[in-house]
Amino acid sequence: MCYNITRKKLINIRSTNVEDIQKQFNETQILELDKIIDEFGKKPGGLIPLLEEAQILLGYLPLSVQYRISLKTGIAPNKIYGVITFYSFFSMEQKARHRVQVCMGTACYVKGGKDIAEKVESLLNIKKGESTPDKRYTYENARCFGACGLAPVVIIDGKVYGKVTVDSIEDILVQYK
Amino acid sequence: MIKSIEDINAISEKINGADINNQNIIYVHMGTCGIASGANEVLLKLKALIKEANMMRDIKIVTTGCAGICSEEPLVTVKLAGQEPVMYCKVDESKTKEIFDKHIVGKNMVSEYAFARGMEYQLAERKANGGKVAGQKTLDTKVRGIEEIPYFSLQTQIVMRNRGLIDPNKIDDYISRGGYQAAYKALNEMSSEDIIQVMLDSKLRGRGGAGFPTGLKWKFASKEANETKYVLCNADEGDPGAYMDRSVLESDPHSILEGLIVAAKAIGAHSGYIYCRAEYPLAVETLNKAIKAARKYGILGVDILGTGFDFDVEVYQGAGAFVCGEETALMRSLEGKRGNPRPRPPFPAHQGLWEKPTTLNNVETLANVAPILLKGAEWFANIGTEASGGTKVFSITGDIVNVGCVEIAMGTKLETIIYDVGGGITKGKKFKAAQLGGPSGGCIPAQHLDVKIDYQTLQEYGAIMGSGGLIVMCDEKSAVDIARFFMEFCKEEACGKCIPGREGTRQMLNMLNKINNGDGTLDDIAKLEELAKVVQQTALCALCKTSPNPVLSTLRYFRNEYEEAVAKNSEVK
Repeated sequence: MCYNITRKKLINIRSTNVEDIQKQFNETQILELDKIIDEFGKKPGGLIPLLEEAQILLGYLPLSVQYRISLKTGIAPNKIYGVITFYSFFSMEQKARHRVQVCMGTACYVKGGKDIAEKVESLLNIKKGESTPDKRYTYENARCFGACGLAPVVIIDGKVYGKVTVDSIEDILVQYK
Repeated sequence: MIKSIEDINAISEKINGADINNQNIIYVHMGTCGIASGANEVLLKLKALIKEANMMRDIKIVTTGCAGICSEEPLVTVKLAGQEPVMYCKVDESKTKEIFDKHIVGKNMVSEYAFARGMEYQLAERKANGGKVAGQKTLDTKVRGIEEIPYFSLQTQIVMRNRGLIDPNKIDDYISRGGYQAAYKALNEMSSEDIIQVMLDSKLRGRGGAGFPTGLKWKFASKEANETKYVLCNADEGDPGAYMDRSVLESDPHSILEGLIVAAKAIGAHSGYIYCRAEYPLAVETLNKAIKAARKYGILGVDILGTGFDFDVEVYQGAGAFVCGEETALMRSLEGKRGNPRPRPPFPAHQGLWEKPTTLNNVETLANVAPILLKGAEWFANIGTEASGGTKVFSITGDIVNVGCVEIAMGTKLETIIYDVGGGITKGKKFKAAQLGGPSGGCIPAQHLDVKIDYQTLQEYGAIMGSGGLIVMCDEKSAVDIARFFMEFCKEEACGKCIPGREGTRQMLNMLNKINNGDGTLDDIAKLEELAKVVQQTALCALCKTSPNPVLSTLRYFRNEYEEAVAKNSEVK
């Protein structure tokens, strides 16, 4: 009896979240998402590649998306939530237009990466992991990119800027409107 | 489809048969680091110039992976018919134009932009013949030959044997350098026991950090009676400041596939995965292309190389978690779960991926496999020291002149790596310490620069070989701050499953922050040391067990800096 009530509640939560997805994404996006779910959903170990593809498609993975994946694959929602929150590649928040990553690998740190990070924080007036209110920049610390010969490194939207200085970072940032 | 050794040899001869001395080849070195420095722009400029001059038929452009010396990138090597190759450094579009006009068209090298004469694969011949190569005219001797530059001449290339030379996306290039001969030999002429014996005799030890003998690892998995087994390649190179695996994956992906085939035969596995980190998109792309090409040739799939053995590989892209480099966590991640490690036993050789017997090898380990099978265990063992055979690749970074990936014979002294190969400390500053092994490693200070690189010796000095990150620090850097940096990294990356790992790293970081900010007391240092030892003994997996190492190592050699930071605090009060 008790089980039934809980289950009913759960279904209610699910249905509201399932509807949410229509507000957050357009029809084509949802259609593409379903294709990804069909492709990876049944593969053993397919959840992470599924989420990776979905994140690339949608930019972020809010609860509504997680529930849709759960309903279609039969994987429990808590498992999906657990995986998303474990790996740094996944995000439940919508990102700003430009992703600014300051590398905090050892080589970059030794070469002054911390000063660059502080400068970016003060220029954008946000902390790491946050986005500017105008949704222009999201600022993160990157894990080592393996381009240590160019340390310190800043990556903006996937483009690598090497040997960045505290003085040059502002000029790089303003190029991204 | 390749069905016999004759087929392999035919491909090889087709490439090697053409007289290389009569060809005009321009090599553009395009690893992630090269591309980031502008190699793509150089390549486009070069292509446009060649097209403009209508020389498409006369000149072959080869795009290779990283050429090894990242601080001089972008690098371009020009090899004209009858001439020795010339390596140009820090090339940009305007230099490209000049090199094209004067060297490629005018046949005269541009000495002012040249970094070296010759290519790495010619090192042995050039050393033996006083810098000359048969059939290739020596150019301007004011520019150093590659054999005269310690950065190159002191390296021993086994893992990096094909870097800067072959196009990673062309399987024929790999075959022409002796590729897949070892796989054929393993599948056709050797039993599982034979292969394992060769690996044991070679004294090859796992290059991922722990240094476990590879032959022994394979032996355990081979003894398991189970129809389904897996071979995995750990390409989740997460240590910040270490990128040798990326360099291998991007410049020679087939060497990894060949290593996996041999491992599969040794343990009796028929499928494998390469777990590659998400931060290396080019490596993932290169690997996928390599796998596709190998399948087309019948080197992967069913009845590979016509030997009746089935084996296939897939690339699995990680999603950004340092702990997934730990073997049990990596396997959980492959299963599509949170990458939480789990206690051992059961060991992966017994119950690994999907609870089946599994063997996991690092990228660099696998790249060593084919040369060992072809040249013999004795050859390999003789290169290294008594206990560790072969070479180790280090990525040397930090306050050092030559930044890049270097492959050094085991037993080489640290000072040779830093002062001869690395060219010393930047801007004439003073050496303070070399940090080896990343967040699990430790420092070697100036007084121990004569330490010989091998697994045991480094451990005696409180550092570890680790995966191969070697970060050089000048005397302006604070030891407390670097310990704090690594602890912050471990705290962020700890998975949270065990309490010593989750809370221990947090508390150690708090204490380090306090000391580093000048708010600490002598008592904090004592507490820090005590907690470090507790975490070392009680954490669940290697990540957090080794996380106190940077603290303990800096305390061992630079305790005075901790005490000075604390003393400042008491002076103020």
